[in-house]
Amino acid sequence: MTIPEIQKKIEEGLPGCKVEILDPYRDGVHIKAVVTYNGFNGKGLIEQHRMVYATLKEELKEEIHALALETRSE
Amino acid sequence: MEQELKEKIESLIKSEKVFLFMKGTPEMPQCGFSAGVVSTLKQQGIPFGSFNVLSDMKVREGIKEYTNWPTIPQLYIDGEFVGGHDITVQMAQSGELKKKVS
Repeated sequence: MTIPEIQKKIEEGLPGCKVEILDPYRDGVHIKAVVTYNGFNGKGLIEQHRMVYATLKEELKEEIHALALETRSE
Repeated sequence: MEQELKEKIESLIKSEKVFLFMKGTPEMPQCGFSAGVVSTLKQQGIPFGSFNVLSDMKVREGIKEYTNWPTIPQLYIDGEFVGGHDITVQMAQSGELKKKVS
């Protein structure tokens, strides 16, 4: 799964969110997604991360090896 | 989920005040995120128990379902799910983690 595909999945799952994908090691594997979404307002960190994970439900089972997350509300 | 597996997971979670499901052992973590949580807990001086999910496929899959959280490591305090690597690190930085343990 490519970085643009991951970005697209998150954007589709959380309409109106902003996604920035960082690839600090430039290996396309150990990536970090910074997600800003107004739907995170009033929710705890666990719930925010669960919402992002839900958009990548299938991919997280196999394809995505290491995804770090940072979530922010608008 | 099988009752037996659920009971095993619950007894692990409650076996220590702070409990970590991780890949590998605290001495030899097998994944960068697991290593990150171990070093965070050590830096904060927080004692913890752990379970190596690589040693038991049933627990490895079961814990994801039990908590509705798709990744490992997973940290629990007082039997309650706290988060994965990113949340743990963030809570350590803000001082919240230590507060939760004390």
